[in-house]
Amino acid sequence: MKMIHSLFLINCSGDIFLEKHWKSVVSQSVCDYFFEAQEKAIDVENVPPVISTPHHYLISIYRDKIFFVSVIQTEVPPLFVIEFLHRVADTFQDYFGECSETAIKDNVVIVYELLEEMLDNGFPLATESNILKELIKPPTILRSVVNSITGSSNVGDTLPTGQLSNIPWRRAGVKYTNNEAYFDVIEEIDAIIDKSGSTVFAEIQGVIDSCIKLSGMPDLSLSFMNPRLLDDVSFHPCIRFKRWESERVLSFIPPDGNFRLISYRVSSQNLVAIPVYVKHLISFKENSSSGRFDVTIGPKQNMGKTVEGVVMTVHMPKAVLNMNLTATQGSYTFDPVTKVLAWDVGKITPQKLPNLKGIVNLQSGAPKPEENPSLNIQFKIQQLAISGLKVNRLDMYGEKYKPFKGVKYITKAGKFQVRT
Amino acid sequence: MTDSKYFTTTKKGEIFELKAELNSDKKEKKKEAVKKVIASMTVGKDVSALFPDVVNCMQTDNLELKKLVYLYLMNYAKSQPDMAIMAVNTFVKDCEDPNPLIRALAVRTMGCIRVDKITEYLCEPLRKCLKDEDPYVRKTAAVCVAKLHDINAQLVEDQGFLDTLKDLISDSNPMVVANAVAALSEIAESHPSSNLLDLNPQSINKLLTALNECTEWGQIFILDCLANYMPKDDREAQSICERVTPRLSHANSAVVLSAVKVLMKFMEMLSKDLDYYGTLLKKLAPPLVTLLSAEPELQYVALRNINLIVQKRPEILKHEMKVFFVKYNDPIYVKLEKLDIMIRLASQANIAQVLAELKEYATEVDVDFVRKAVRAIGRCAIKVEQSAERCVSTLLDLIQTKVNYVVQEAIVVIKDIFRKYPNKYESVIATLCENLDSLDEPEARAAMIWIVGEYAERIDNADELLESFLEGFHDESTQVQLQLLTAIVKLFLKKPTETQELVQQVLSLATQDSDNPDLRDRGYIYWRLLSTDPVAAKEVVLAEKPLISEETDLIEPTLLDELICYIGTLASVYHKPPSAFVEGSRGVVHKSLPPRTGSSESAESPDAAPSAGQAAEQPAVIPAQGDLLGDLLNLDLGPPVSGPPLAASSVQMGAVDLLGGGLDSLLRSDVGGSPAMGGSGFTAPGPAAPAAMGAPLGSGLGDLFDLTGGVGTLSGSYVAPKTVWLPAMKAKGLEISGTFSRQVGSICMDLVLTNKALQVMSDFAIQFNRNSFGLAPAAPLQVHAPLAPNQSVEISLPLNTVGSVMKMDPLNNLQVAVKNNIDVFYFSTLYPLHILFVEDGKMERQMFLATWKDIPNENEAQFQIKDCSLNADAVSSKLQGSNIFTIAKRNVEGQDMLYQSLKLTNGIWVLAELCIQPSNPSFTLSLKCRAPEVSQYVYQAYDAILKN
Repeated sequence: MKMIHSLFLINCSGDIFLEKHWKSVVSQSVCDYFFEAQEKAIDVENVPPVISTPHHYLISIYRDKIFFVSVIQTEVPPLFVIEFLHRVADTFQDYFGECSETAIKDNVVIVYELLEEMLDNGFPLATESNILKELIKPPTILRSVVNSITGSSNVGDTLPTGQLSNIPWRRAGVKYTNNEAYFDVIEEIDAIIDKSGSTVFAEIQGVIDSCIKLSGMPDLSLSFMNPRLLDDVSFHPCIRFKRWESERVLSFIPPDGNFRLISYRVSSQNLVAIPVYVKHLISFKENSSSGRFDVTIGPKQNMGKTVEGVVMTVHMPKAVLNMNLTATQGSYTFDPVTKVLAWDVGKITPQKLPNLKGIVNLQSGAPKPEENPSLNIQFKIQQLAISGLKVNRLDMYGEKYKPFKGVKYITKAGKFQVRT
Repeated sequence: MTDSKYFTTTKKGEIFELKAELNSDKKEKKKEAVKKVIASMTVGKDVSALFPDVVNCMQTDNLELKKLVYLYLMNYAKSQPDMAIMAVNTFVKDCEDPNPLIRALAVRTMGCIRVDKITEYLCEPLRKCLKDEDPYVRKTAAVCVAKLHDINAQLVEDQGFLDTLKDLISDSNPMVVANAVAALSEIAESHPSSNLLDLNPQSINKLLTALNECTEWGQIFILDCLANYMPKDDREAQSICERVTPRLSHANSAVVLSAVKVLMKFMEMLSKDLDYYGTLLKKLAPPLVTLLSAEPELQYVALRNINLIVQKRPEILKHEMKVFFVKYNDPIYVKLEKLDIMIRLASQANIAQVLAELKEYATEVDVDFVRKAVRAIGRCAIKVEQSAERCVSTLLDLIQTKVNYVVQEAIVVIKDIFRKYPNKYESVIATLCENLDSLDEPEARAAMIWIVGEYAERIDNADELLESFLEGFHDESTQVQLQLLTAIVKLFLKKPTETQELVQQVLSLATQDSDNPDLRDRGYIYWRLLSTDPVAAKEVVLAEKPLISEETDLIEPTLLDELICYIGTLASVYHKPPSAFVEGSRGVVHKSLPPRTGSSESAESPDAAPSAGQAAEQPAVIPAQGDLLGDLLNLDLGPPVSGPPLAASSVQMGAVDLLGGGLDSLLRSDVGGSPAMGGSGFTAPGPAAPAAMGAPLGSGLGDLFDLTGGVGTLSGSYVAPKTVWLPAMKAKGLEISGTFSRQVGSICMDLVLTNKALQVMSDFAIQFNRNSFGLAPAAPLQVHAPLAPNQSVEISLPLNTVGSVMKMDPLNNLQVAVKNNIDVFYFSTLYPLHILFVEDGKMERQMFLATWKDIPNENEAQFQIKDCSLNADAVSSKLQGSNIFTIAKRNVEGQDMLYQSLKLTNGIWVLAELCIQPSNPSFTLSLKCRAPEVSQYVYQAYDAILKN
């Protein structure tokens, strides 16, 4: 269970820009196996997450253009490692506002202190952002100015209060002048639509992200109009499972700040409404170096809400040299190197459906492309949870003040793909 | 204002400047300097030269500075052990600090400094911290015990830390419990025998309570620990399951998967009629599906595990086919895994959907993915009979696309479909033949040639087609060459009149112009077969082939059960038990699923026993399989190396090869054959063939067996009882136990092969690695009929000592490779040395005296044989049975002295003096030999013979 032996952070051009060893120092050369795999995978996304080398295992994640490569020496649950690595990335994001090479390099000492605090001999110590922030204060411009004048440090010297309580996710003594609790119900539709427009597969991945700024130790319960929709749910540890089992109410003492309260899945067994349709005609003529491209996007089943932020991306076949298209709305780009066509549509107005049409130029002499490109669609619908999930009410116990409460709904396209 | 300033260097030698700053009087400057040092460390720069200067900064009340110095210390203490000792005092002092944060930090850092001298000083502070009033310190100390154990296990045991750690399992704070469990699990991993985690209903109850309260990481440790518990009956199993199920809704996927492991394991004990069993099945599906919506890396691990779960309990996910549909922008490693699971879940109910998807995938861009999709269509056809027709037509459509690699994959799978459904789809052969020219991959060419040969009578121009391949015969890969040879022989047997010339041509190409022994051998055997008995040739070559099995890539049930116990671990990603790949896994304990119980049967039921037994037997199997493999793979796994290459022997070799022949190398090319096997050209024979060929071949050797078999009952050399050499778990269901014997001058390896798998095993062969005494099989391993599941066969394999010699350690170590139609397996065993004691080992008295004196005294070795109550005469006659000859007997002061000699097969003489006191059950054995390294093993032989 000596989980992570070492961690290397590697950027896209293959530079190791940070290393941390929890036991003895492992030479950077162990990353050569990773680079080898990376070369083989061609695309950065395709690097396999578990790589075995003669003496170690490399388990990696790819986040925000950075590879987090961990070195493992013994049998270990890979999910444990991967979850932990994502938690590290989340923490960086939380501390520095972005998880990027520059941010990490700019805060290398804090990064090191954080890593040391998060893991001890392979046992995760403190991974809750609430606790970490008490131990190591996040950098702010103001604080670094103050620190350099007063000589005080950004390391807390008292034991974090939440660390040992039964609610390790919340720190004690939280105080706000404005007490607020906001919930964002965000649903993403993953779907595969076939050529004829019928749904091959569709499901909704939903989350409720919360921003809770409440003083003291508030005890919240959140109830839904239609909790039956939630039959496959993953909970934040703060949620009392028994209450949910018996009453279908989310009852919890929240962490302070931003966190994901639940994530849920509404599967294809329930009907998933598809909010857009696509009419398409993409064809390549035999023995000629051109083809036709004609795509129209229209709204459907969107409960009177506007579909906006629509973007379509298409990986065109290799033989495509260029595209000569006209868009009735928005603008399009075609990158002749990556062969990616991107059409930024914007809002769909049902009166005038957006259309993109024109000629595809193929390499002369190349055979007619066999594969038909898939259209990947992104969109957004404000004020709508497509599953129909609705929050009924939020009650607070344990504290006397009256908080501001708010719920926002949004539906987005996840992996939304239309085959042609 | 950012830390990147720490990276800037000056021209003047960075180290020099840092040194000056570290020794500055100003606190702030010191801290900045330490930060610079840490920054250099993060990019792998060596700043160990600054060690003394950094350590000097350690005495500070500034916590941040202290932490930074500790960070540095952990990195470099190992390389500067003498300097590190300077830090000890500060550590010890910090362990007494009123601030629990500092106490914990100190004990934690000390544990990370892997320097012996420091660990000595660690014991006292650690003892205090383990009993600290603050749980934060206790939980840190618990982990520290595991660290210390890793550095110096003896110290931890001597100091009694393990007991303290066990006490912490009952701590009032759940975090401390979780860390204690984690530490104990880690220690237990390196000490499989020590009953550290003594799990009983009470401690389990404590763990289950802690499970609800501790952090997500602690939950994982506890769940993994629970999974090792064996509930005493189904009721206990159910109550644990009930308390574990809420974990399935945890946001951390590792918690979910560990919970799944516990449930999958304990479910085994629940009766399927139980309502709760059905409820549990239903509860398992949603969390598994949810894992697939996580980040791609998590998905990958989840998919590898789901692959095991659907093999063990397909009912859990049978309605969830759609979530495994491949998305366009999934990473390739996710796509390939999803495809695999789609096929496992394919059934009559969903096959239409699956096929439509697969057809879609076959037109994607990624070549590897497309290939796998085409293969998947073939596998569907074989798995779901009702869909075969649709699959074939889909494949034909794909062939029409003329995309080269699609066509080739399609042809390879169609060949398999022919073997599953003979005489059904042969009408498509014409279409296949149209694509003959475009095939450039060996596997596809071989598949096509097999089809042409197999259905030669339906293809008018079969001879022309095969002839066209023959033109470039020498440029083809071995696979294609072997296939072509067999196909032409088949063609000849079907249409003898027109193809005589062709068959002559291929036989001469194979036998005379080829350097490849496999090809030559196969050529010769066909030639001989055709010239001596064409009718027999027809029966052999055109024998009816068994249908190929439904699913060829299922994991062997014994292995699958073991892997289920490892859900969520690396083993589940690699689909291999940890013992097969984890480095330095000393005596890994094999885990096994609990037996299904009524309610009375307990964990000690005999079902559970064998696996424990096998684990105990493990030392016989060489842990470092790597080098053994390397060595054995270089050897050609063929018939024995002994004996001159007479015609008879070449017939034998050919025969073995023919059985394995062309037919099957092709038929199974995508089924079994590991690359190593392909390379050696020793391909798997069809099960039908050995029956036909076994009798004539065996006749010569049968005599030999009779001989040895008969003598076996007479008094002779001592034969140890058989022990398990190769457990079924390691060899895909093949269990081998055995012993060695020596009868009238011939050495035998007596084997029992047991098939514990679900499929028939055939085509056994054996090969030894080079060893100290040149032991080698004197005949091929003869298993006359295929070994049906649950069947055993006893075999006596004659050995000789004319093989190649290489000194082994231990000297009597023998590394063995056994092959069957499934795979090649390796094990090693120790043979008792007395099987090498030859019959003419009696030395002349004079000679004995002279030799005894001649051998220098430093070559003499003395041993005690304890607890032996025989008298001198009984000893003498017992030893003589094993070719240890008594030359003289003297009685000196009431002691019997026996002077004995023996000779090893390689001519080494060993002289012995055995001193027996009538009152004392302990004998003294003095051995003299010119090669003293054998003495120890001779003593072991004495000991074994006398005690049995």
